[in-house]
Amino acid sequence: MSAASLLTTIGLEVHVELKTATKMFCGCPVGFGGEPNTRVCPVCLGHPGTLPAMNERAIELTTKIAMALGCDIAPNSIFHRKNYFYPDMPKNYQISQYDLPVGVNGALEVEYDGVAHRIGITRVHLEEDTGKSIHVGGGGRIHDADHSLEDFNRAGTPLVEIVSEPDIHGPDVARGYATELRAILEYLGVSDVKMEEGSMRVDANISVAPPGERGVKVEIKNMNSLRSLARALEYEQRRQAEVISGGGKVVQSTRHWDEKAAKTQELRTKEEAFDYRYFPEPDLVPIQPSVEWLRQLREELPELPADRRKRYAGLGLNAYDAQVLTASKSLGQLFDEALGAAKTADAKQVANWVTNDLTGLLAARPEKDAVPISGANLAELVDMVAGGTISKGQGQQLLGEMLDTGSSPGALAEAGGIRQVSDTGELETAIEEVIAANPDVAARIAAGDNKPFGFLMGQVMKATKGQGNPKVVTELLRERLKV
Amino acid sequence: MSISRAEVEHVARLARLALTEEELTLFEEQLSKILDHAQTVTSLDTEGVNPTFHSMPLLNVFRPDEVEPPLSQEEALANAPAPEDGFFRVPRILEAE
Amino acid sequence: MKLWERTGAELARLIAGREVSSVEVTEAVIARIEEVEPQVRSFLTVTPEEALRKAAEVDAAIGSGEALGPLAGVPLALKDIICTRGIRTTAGSRILDNYVPPYSATVAERLEAAGTPMPGKTNLDEFAMGSSTENSAYQQTANPWDLSKVPGGSSGGSAAAVAAGQAVWSLGTDTGGSIRQPAALCGVVGLKPTYGLVSRFGLVAFASSLDQAGPITRDVRDAALVLQIIAGPDPRDSTTLPGPVPDYVAALEKGIQGMRIGVVKEISDAGVAPEVKARFQEALLALEKLGAEIGEVSLPTFGLGIDIYYLIAPAEASSNLARYDGVRFGLRVDAPDVASMHAKTRAAGFGAEVKRRIMLGTYALSSGYYDAFYLKAQKARTLIARDFARAYKDFDLLVSPGSPTTAFGLGEKLQDPLTMYLSDICNVPSSLAGATAMSVPCGLSAEDGLPVGLQFMAPPMGEATMLSAAYAFEQELGFSARPPLWAGGSGE
Ligand SMILES: [Mg+2]
Ligand SMILES: [Zn+2]
Repeated sequence: MSAASLLTTIGLEVHVELKTATKMFCGCPVGFGGEPNTRVCPVCLGHPGTLPAMNERAIELTTKIAMALGCDIAPNSIFHRKNYFYPDMPKNYQISQYDLPVGVNGALEVEYDGVAHRIGITRVHLEEDTGKSIHVGGGGRIHDADHSLEDFNRAGTPLVEIVSEPDIHGPDVARGYATELRAILEYLGVSDVKMEEGSMRVDANISVAPPGERGVKVEIKNMNSLRSLARALEYEQRRQAEVISGGGKVVQSTRHWDEKAAKTQELRTKEEAFDYRYFPEPDLVPIQPSVEWLRQLREELPELPADRRKRYAGLGLNAYDAQVLTASKSLGQLFDEALGAAKTADAKQVANWVTNDLTGLLAARPEKDAVPISGANLAELVDMVAGGTISKGQGQQLLGEMLDTGSSPGALAEAGGIRQVSDTGELETAIEEVIAANPDVAARIAAGDNKPFGFLMGQVMKATKGQGNPKVVTELLRERLKV
Repeated sequence: MSISRAEVEHVARLARLALTEEELTLFEEQLSKILDHAQTVTSLDTEGVNPTFHSMPLLNVFRPDEVEPPLSQEEALANAPAPEDGFFRVPRILEAE
Repeated sequence: MKLWERTGAELARLIAGREVSSVEVTEAVIARIEEVEPQVRSFLTVTPEEALRKAAEVDAAIGSGEALGPLAGVPLALKDIICTRGIRTTAGSRILDNYVPPYSATVAERLEAAGTPMPGKTNLDEFAMGSSTENSAYQQTANPWDLSKVPGGSSGGSAAAVAAGQAVWSLGTDTGGSIRQPAALCGVVGLKPTYGLVSRFGLVAFASSLDQAGPITRDVRDAALVLQIIAGPDPRDSTTLPGPVPDYVAALEKGIQGMRIGVVKEISDAGVAPEVKARFQEALLALEKLGAEIGEVSLPTFGLGIDIYYLIAPAEASSNLARYDGVRFGLRVDAPDVASMHAKTRAAGFGAEVKRRIMLGTYALSSGYYDAFYLKAQKARTLIARDFARAYKDFDLLVSPGSPTTAFGLGEKLQDPLTMYLSDICNVPSSLAGATAMSVPCGLSAEDGLPVGLQFMAPPMGEATMLSAAYAFEQELGFSARPPLWAGGSGE
């Protein structure tokens, strides 16, 4: 069986920590890092007698996520207890959702290679995060460790689980799905979605099989960036294909992506199946959103990436520009503000400055995510270049200074005496001086030898300290020499 | 309704209870007896009857997203059998997450 | 009359009128604890310093003319399953031997705010699992009426303390009879509130969908007074019912005239002892004499209560007790890896009954059995609630014995869990319906001289009606018997 004719099927399970002020079931502040066990209370430490109390904001944010993903919002949603022992889980059960999650039956469109892929969303549910274990000894690897240390600062943080249908048929589309999902969550402002800090975590189920046949599901964990997600899936796709091609059988299992070794390693096989003993959480009551409440949440939904992409296409931007301006919420916002403020420049010109010049400069800066420039200032710059007040090159120079100083391009140009001279009188004087200084060269050109024209141009620009408008200078020089 | 020794052992594993042979035997016999008695319930016709998970019909009970002061690290660890530099120390973890 | 012999209402009046100080009352109670504790053994922890400090505060407040609540200055003992900040709370278990809660239960806070000194924490069956208090990991509480008998359980320490004069009043918790059955066996009043009337925040959880805290007192008025303080919504317990709380004390005087009271037909098959039946029949006559209409009513599912209960309660308990794992608090037995540390710790920290129920509950929830056991039981629970609802169409209240027998002998039922479970047969059904019920003394058995209780059952939120009936009954009966060791006590 040749690997080429095998079909890959992928489903993704994404966990995101919500950006609420407090934890899911207690008033402890939500945060990252800090001294261990300093954001804990009797409730999130699972002390005897404590009870959970639902964070209303967390329910709202989860409902918005479900709405943004086109889910049906459950008219009746409840929490269950998922029972299993683990030292980072204070109660040894996780308050999660089971058969009545907040949202079901959603979908997300991912464009890849100019093809739109529709990925189904099975469910969007809310649960509580666990604490963190630090493994001491054995190079910090869990099983070789001498012992572990538990920090419950993270325990109880609201965690939303978004499960896709197995509609993904390649690592690139999987990455595209995760990228689009992250953008949506960023637009909603519900999470930091930082994979490196674990506020967004992606697990994958992947199976490879001949078309028409059922593959064996393998779960992959520990992918800490979108890049490693794609790498892990490519590796696993290859591995399973080789097993099958070699006449072997893929084992149903959970595997761990090792970034350094660039391979997946088996954690456990599914024979040791869990028995979570789910049952409805008796300490919490059902959630039944009112029509009014849902309407209000819908109204609060911002423009989402897909809509923004369509809008930019409508402005005549090419696919690339639209994509870049959509991928980052802040760049898109800057573009919208600048376009609104621009007097002469059009959408394409503004977009060019953002997607080419600005992104280039930002990439070179320490804090890439920050965009330290206002739409108004950018608009002013683009107008100055479009209107000929300054040259493109001068504009690029000013943009760099704007990022450093935050000042307006006008002020910076003023201070640096940066301008472009188009006034014919001023330029003609310069031309006369240059011709006077180079009579023979001027004569050769007048006689029809065009080669030294560039030399004279250069002399004139030099005489105007580079501020002469090249277009105007060329015209005037031609007239003067009658060529 | 009798429950097998294997089942009793499986349940003890799920419940994280290191039971002695005597306890396993005793529970095998006692659980069977209790579950036998429970046949009055298990054999009941509950067609079309909804379960009562909550005896009082409450809905949408929420807490505002407002911070309350957490415990100090000292208070958090005051009852810990094995505190260590601000953490709760546990023996090595063999099972996977 | 000695101070510790008086009711809470009397003492509160004396303290408010400055005829006696809270410190004097508290000292008398502490002295009484010391005096009979060697025989009764109802306390796991005594906190005289804290109690006297609180008493002095109350006296100072009264001295400065502050108007305090109706309980102010009268000490109240708490079952040791109610968390108290800075005071060891064991739930009667070895696994919590050294546990000192960093917070207090809502009920403890409300009683503290009401000005009640807390002289100590009372004994109980481990995690409230039992009907005799013999499952305590620490000590065996005796029934003050006969030291060779059990006080009932699981709130045996709270009931025995009130009966023995070691507490004016106390709080117990009731999941399937744990307030009412020991109250019946110790000849005191015990009230189990409607599920959700009293906050569960800070009660070490046994079965979350059934647990309720309630008063154990010497008379009905005291029960109303304490309930008034602890009842009401709590933002920390999402299952508490929205207010307002009725005036229970005012309801006492309403009387019983014209009330329709139903006798549950099925209790005749509940193995009720002849002498208990006799007192029960006399109680019915007294109720009739007071102007109540007595009728018989059938609750076909009444007899299923115990079986339903022993599928639901252990299932919830198996999950609630998973947190005792030797990591954050409580006992730890060391082992080379976490899983065996968990298993060894729990094996060493839990007693036989707790292990049995964790096993039973884990089994009832495990894959393949959930539908047949847990879900089935929750559906059967609906049938019980329906039976009650039907009965309450024709009756204001239902009655039954508080317990099918009088106090049984220490060790008598220990070897046979099932017969032990059946001693709650009268109490469990109303718990499953989430309704309220209370046990009131209705005489002594001529056979063994031990108290017999009458149980009143009311629909959810029917406390006021129930209290007015119980109060009228109490006045009519004038039950004034006290246990033998009551006499000759000191503490003037
Ligand atoms: Mg999850
Ligand atoms: Zn907390």
